Amino acid sequence: MSRVIEVKGISKKYRLGTQEMEHETFVASIWHGIKAPIRNFQRIRNLSALDRERDSVFWALNDVSFNLEHGQVLGIIGHNGAGKSTLLKILSQITEPSAGEIIIRGRVASLLEVGTGFHPELSGRDNVYMNGTILGMTKKEISRKFDEIVDFSGVEKHIDTPVKFYSSGMKVRLGFAVAAHLEPEILIIDEVLAVGDIGFQRKCLGKMGEVAGNGRTILFVSHNMAAVQALCTHGLMLHNGQVAYQGLVSEATQHYLAEFQSESGDFFSGNIQRSGSGKVLINSFQVHNLLGEPMTSVHTGADIVLSFKLHTEERQVLEGIDIGFSIHSTEDDSLLTILYSSYMGKVFTITSKDATLQCVLKSLPLPEGRYLIKAQIMQRGEVLDFPTRGVGYLEVIDGDFYGTGIKSTRLTRNKPDFLITGNWKQL
Amino acid sequence: MSVMETIIKKKTGWIGINWAELFRYKDLLWFLTVRSIKAKYAQSVLGVSWAVIQPLFSTLVYTIVFGNLARIDSNGVPYFLFSLVALVPWTFFSNTLSESANSLINNANLVTKVYFPRLVLPLSSVFSKGIDFLIGFILLVVVLIIYKQTPDYTIIFLPWLLLVLLMTSLGTGMLLSALAVQYRDVKYALVFMVQLLMYAAPVVYPTTNVPEAYRSGYALNPMVGVIEGFRSIFLKTLPFPYFWVVLGSFVSLVLFLGGLFFFRKMERVFSDVA
Repeated sequence: MSRVIEVKGISKKYRLGTQEMEHETFVASIWHGIKAPIRNFQRIRNLSALDRERDSVFWALNDVSFNLEHGQVLGIIGHNGAGKSTLLKILSQITEPSAGEIIIRGRVASLLEVGTGFHPELSGRDNVYMNGTILGMTKKEISRKFDEIVDFSGVEKHIDTPVKFYSSGMKVRLGFAVAAHLEPEILIIDEVLAVGDIGFQRKCLGKMGEVAGNGRTILFVSHNMAAVQALCTHGLMLHNGQVAYQGLVSEATQHYLAEFQSESGDFFSGNIQRSGSGKVLINSFQVHNLLGEPMTSVHTGADIVLSFKLHTEERQVLEGIDIGFSIHSTEDDSLLTILYSSYMGKVFTITSKDATLQCVLKSLPLPEGRYLIKAQIMQRGEVLDFPTRGVGYLEVIDGDFYGTGIKSTRLTRNKPDFLITGNWKQL
Repeated sequence: MSVMETIIKKKTGWIGINWAELFRYKDLLWFLTVRSIKAKYAQSVLGVSWAVIQPLFSTLVYTIVFGNLARIDSNGVPYFLFSLVALVPWTFFSNTLSESANSLINNANLVTKVYFPRLVLPLSSVFSKGIDFLIGFILLVVVLIIYKQTPDYTIIFLPWLLLVLLMTSLGTGMLLSALAVQYRDVKYALVFMVQLLMYAAPVVYPTTNVPEAYRSGYALNPMVGVIEGFRSIFLKTLPFPYFWVVLGSFVSLVLFLGGLFFFRKMERVFSDVA
């Protein structure tokens, strides 16, 4: 086995945008406008002058090192902003590192986008050549594989039509068909599989698997843990621009999922901000599957159990206990939905110091993401307990919501707030 | 089999051209050139004829305005010929300048997504405008035949003039394109700069109208030597202006090398600031 990629201490810094000033008076804003060209010049000049440290800089990557042997398929995983894309951009020579060195042995093709360089006015044929040469193929190579590419894309009939008349799906298929026929020794792929229709995605995954089987070295960035586990032999997990874990792919994905958990925040330690009378307190929240096993993350479409543990200081009989939870988006904190047991015509009676109340949710209709769960306990219109920060996070990963064996995000182009099912029929 | 080894690290100082790499991407250069030509004339009725119409109509307008109304001296040849001979190289210069200056911004989607030698972009602008130049040149030859003008023996210097023209256009184009990525002002300034620049070159008037004392300074503009050289060859207005052309050659060489090194230096940050 030979070492194909050696990454030694790669760092990359970016300058953070400086905040615009606000003006209180009309005169001040005019004066500001007059001085603007000078200030703009200084600011724009600094865009490329990263060596001066006086402004705030952001380290997108910080001392990242790893090696890749011939034939290995490395999955690069990490949260948004972990530095995955920056790393790929440096490896593809689109941007240069601020420090460190990379040695690559072999021909590299990188695929950060499907159909780069497509021109809407030109025919599919012209664009295949255009895109192919941009990705580093020669005219001869493309001509040799042209029929194969067109065949793979499935747009034979329209190959001489300007691309502007193509549907977006056709464009993607044609773009990927070109990319799939690259024959580099090293292939760098960003999350480009998340486009196109399902049938074509399967085909692409198959083609990629075939490529990997040919002993080619591949770097693959994805949020799709299933794809990473299926395709990759090794995993590299980035966190805040640093290597958090590297090793076999199964362990790397476990670290990734475990990190979700550690970041889930402990809502029940230290000072808990609560409102309510405090007659009963919520002291734990957990998510289980139907078998009662605790879950750190759940799949879209899965049946899950939300489990709330309650505690009272003294043993007493409390009747008419109404428990409710709400689900909030962590992006903008908006309320997505709310469900009290009383909505379903159910109130509880607590007779012991500790009690556990559970709510079974069938076919979770939430798309991939992280959600904040808040909970409140009521008794005949009186609030007994309401931890104001919430009780926990719900980590949802993409799953088979519609029961067709296909992940939901593959089907929905724009990320919806929630998913629904329905029975389709023809009258 | 020898294995290609690439080393990626921070580059510092001035960087020369990687010829071998540029050669590897010759097909990309070709397709980018074809793309810009095809895309330009796609869905246009007259198509490539525009390359004829542009210099022809400019020449007609200049002949009416400057030749007939303002009665500007044309060194004893019909004003139509006088300005057409100048407009063919000038149109190439001004078109190449605008196209290559914007080449990086217009292709920002490529620059931020794929690696290739960035020089390919301004080069392809020059090539695609070169096609227009060829068509304009053929038009010129046809007009010269109609007017029964035979070229001077100094036509052997035509390649020299073309080289100066090319280096000036490409040098300025590289300089401006590298600047334009960071300062969008270049894009806006260019529109009227190109118009103004035309009056700093002997396109609509002869160099002999410039006071003798200022001519050497005036000829620092490489386009002076090129245009007057063209006129001397095809219209025999003046003896071949060796001094102006030599002077222009030096300036164009400086522009070319300066533009090239500036471009290569700035190339490192294109994708970060584009």
